[in-house]
Amino acid sequence: MSTEPVNEKLIAVQVNGESQEAVVESRRLLVHFIRDDCLLTGTHVGCDTGNCGACTVLVDGKAVKSCMMLAIQAEGTAIETVESLGGSDGELEALQQAFSDKHALQCGYCTPGMLMSAKHLLERNPNPTEAEVRKAIQGNICRCTGYVNIVDAILEAAEGSGS
Amino acid sequence: MSTTATEKVTLERGRYQGESVPRKEDRRLLEGQGSFVDDIRRHAMGYVHFVRSPYAHASILSIDVGPALELEGVFGTLTGGEVAIATDPFFQIASPPGAHVKDYALAVGKVRYAGEPVVAVVAATRELARDAADVVEVDYEPLPVLVDARAARNDDAPVLHDDAGGNLSWEGVYEWGDLDQAFAEADRVVKIDELHFDRFNSTPLECDGALVEYDRGTEQWTIHSNNQFPGFAAIMMGPAMRVGLDRLRFVSQDIGGGFGNKITSHPQLVALCLLARKLKRPVQWTEWRTDFHQSMSHGNERWFHDVEVAVKADGTLLGFRCKALDDAGAFLRYEPLGGVIWAQVTPGLYRWQHVKVEFTQVMTNKAPVSPNRGYSRMQHLWLTERIIDIVASQLELDPVEIRKLNYIKTDEMPYTTPNGCVYDSGDYGRCLDIALELVGADTVDARRRDAEARGKLLGLGIGSTLDSGTNNFAQSRFINPELQFSGNNEVATVKLDIFGEVVVTLGTTPQGQGHETTAAQVVADTIGCTHEMVTVRAGHDSYWNSHAGFSGTYASQFAVTGLSAVKGAADQLADQMRRLAAVVLGTTPDGIVLAGGMATRADNPDAALPFMALGAIINANNAGLPPETEDITLNARYVYRPPFDVPDIEKKYGNLTLTYSTQIHACVVEIDRETGEVEIVDYAAVDDCGTRIHPQIVEGQVHGATAHAIGAALWETFHYDDDGQLLTANFYDYHVPHALDMPPIKTGSIESPSPFTPLGTKGMGEGGGGGIHCVCSAIQDALAGAGGAVVTDSHNPAERVWKMLQDPEASRAVVHVAST
Ligand code: FES
Ligand code: FES
Repeated sequence: MSTEPVNEKLIAVQVNGESQEAVVESRRLLVHFIRDDCLLTGTHVGCDTGNCGACTVLVDGKAVKSCMMLAIQAEGTAIETVESLGGSDGELEALQQAFSDKHALQCGYCTPGMLMSAKHLLERNPNPTEAEVRKAIQGNICRCTGYVNIVDAILEAAEGSGS
Repeated sequence: MSTTATEKVTLERGRYQGESVPRKEDRRLLEGQGSFVDDIRRHAMGYVHFVRSPYAHASILSIDVGPALELEGVFGTLTGGEVAIATDPFFQIASPPGAHVKDYALAVGKVRYAGEPVVAVVAATRELARDAADVVEVDYEPLPVLVDARAARNDDAPVLHDDAGGNLSWEGVYEWGDLDQAFAEADRVVKIDELHFDRFNSTPLECDGALVEYDRGTEQWTIHSNNQFPGFAAIMMGPAMRVGLDRLRFVSQDIGGGFGNKITSHPQLVALCLLARKLKRPVQWTEWRTDFHQSMSHGNERWFHDVEVAVKADGTLLGFRCKALDDAGAFLRYEPLGGVIWAQVTPGLYRWQHVKVEFTQVMTNKAPVSPNRGYSRMQHLWLTERIIDIVASQLELDPVEIRKLNYIKTDEMPYTTPNGCVYDSGDYGRCLDIALELVGADTVDARRRDAEARGKLLGLGIGSTLDSGTNNFAQSRFINPELQFSGNNEVATVKLDIFGEVVVTLGTTPQGQGHETTAAQVVADTIGCTHEMVTVRAGHDSYWNSHAGFSGTYASQFAVTGLSAVKGAADQLADQMRRLAAVVLGTTPDGIVLAGGMATRADNPDAALPFMALGAIINANNAGLPPETEDITLNARYVYRPPFDVPDIEKKYGNLTLTYSTQIHACVVEIDRETGEVEIVDYAAVDDCGTRIHPQIVEGQVHGATAHAIGAALWETFHYDDDGQLLTANFYDYHVPHALDMPPIKTGSIESPSPFTPLGTKGMGEGGGGGIHCVCSAIQDALAGAGGAVVTDSHNPAERVWKMLQDPEASRAVVHVAST
């Protein structure tokens, strides 16, 4: 095996169900691959230290901060971003609807990351307590809402799912 | 979970106003289809990265951009030397000595704070721009550093701006009433040697950014940015760039939070404009989080010295005097306006008649300050609230009773303050009662005992603040009588198009406040259709012709300036629609009812025209219309101008803002005796912002402002070491509240409509830092049982509280009481 450093690499990933192949710089962050190469700009960047969660996506079903992962590390995975949410009929899905009903977004900059963290939580735990909801979004900063309505919205989405 | 106690609405309004209808903004944001500045791309654009100063104060000996330019894919650079040739220094708001400060888009000759932009590098990718910035060679000669504002005027203090002849930016004396009389009448004089309001800001989740294009044919720049006050940016940039404002087109759509922090990005925008022209390609810049923390819009840090309060034995407050020392950081980007903005709320919520503030602002080797949610009023209101609680504890008066005794009463409204501001409406006592009820104040004694049994100290605190909104910009003349600013304005257009489309444009730059939704509510009620039928264009664009000198979103004013402009335009449109329908249906305009998307004869429901017909007639089918329809365009533009006079500049007397919203916050905290850790166990925020168009949006603003205040009170601080290095330059070290940090927040509200605004609305959203005051107040109350330390700082992390527990005398030593 070669020990020569490689500056770029061909990767193949599934993004929101579609195959994507691209040659990426080895140092390219996953979030920049998603935003700049896949042109999916719903995933946001809010910090440079992995603290804010605006960049949260699901990688093989797990919530991941996509600024904390290199694009080349995503080789072979299935990635879901905020753009994958919503029914095939063009309607908002229950979680998104609950965010709107409860006014869980103001500027909307944290929202895609919040939704993906919440989705991950509800898939693991369809019936969370308020404390569990707060813990699940602990890695997602929102500067607008004080979290009150976000927590309410996630709880409502869980209730609405009937589980 | 939030609990809402809301009192009965007091004003009649249309069908949609007052309803929390679904927000128009939500769908695109929930689907990841918002358009934030970093989402915008252009063919062949270059990415900008700024080389920043590692020193807080240093001379620039030399700059070599050669190594960067050699890298393949680097498009070019810009240095301070080039900037100094291509532009003039930014216009200064200050009178001398601050007027002499020379401020450019990039550092020229020396650097004055760590993180100051020195060189801009443009490259084909973000990563390459960063790499290239790394190899730019800058030689510095470090200079002595000034961090502590209190030392700024010492003889041996390093001077930041030689042109200003020292570190003073502005000083002025504010004096109203008769201080001698107040102190002669007083039974007690309470003196506080020093109080400190800490440096922090609201750190919007999206950092600053812009994409700038230059059209070489028309010599015009298009600036896609998230600047939240394009009117101000234009006034700063045009003269510096030696061009008319018609050459600067500002465009914005979705903005990821602003809170005032995105007002002063004009230096970076100028650098981008110069680069776009120089390199003949669009350039894009997205600020990194660390860069934002190091360089953008810190809140005003302020010291209060020699505070003296004249009080009667029963707690009646007569007056106070103090010296305020404001730390502006290294440049005056919006300053020294902080030196006057506080005066909007001079007496706070209280009836004292005699006030003197000797205000001084100095420059230090720290990031420049700029407006931050609650701008300058928050600092002053913190002073008034600290005074109340310190006086109460010294005179052994009940903090609730002393407030109620001194609050301005409802039947005194509109109330003219000692400095001529006119408080429009409010019921402070009622708000306080609701807040106390929500936190269960009547059970505090029992809970105190329970907490003690668990090794905790429990305290109750109150923060009562005003959110003054809709500035009269004439107040800037208190700072500099030469300035030609006064009043305020905002613009909206509303039109009815060919197929019945109702389209609204605004001059504002919303950052989450739901302007599209509330504007649609007002238009729908005015012209008689559903709010869904109204399209409100998102964001701001100079090409829409819906902007004026003060356009933007800042200083708690949209519900007044923005919605009044919308209302004015919608009224004009409705009038034209009635006149047109009257001609077609053969009646008088008074005989036409606009409702349900139809213009109908009041006396004959069958004689009706859908809006589409009206739109089509004027826009596409207008032959044969009678002459009296000549001025009907179905395209109305309205400029709202609040009713202001120019204040008495000499006496610094007059109404400085149009509306004054009330916030009364109360909380219960528990302090761990071992660690000094503060936990908020109960919290209530009661808000009165007059008539609410969309109660849910209002409550959301209250939640957000509360989170900012709690963060500032306990965790958030821009802390510099002695070398001027920021120790909290990212979200690791600068801890903003996360979901688990936030206590449950209960909210309550009443509505005291403003008699001065067309819709009874008041500006809101800044909240005056109610949370900072009530947390400080509660900490002091809790510490009363453990040595009685006095809270003298706005920021109280565990280590500071622990110190107060260990050595309560230290803080108590700053307070003195004299009987007269
Ligand atoms: S951008 Fe990924 S955590 Fe902040
Ligand atoms: S809605 Fe603005 S950061 Fe969360």
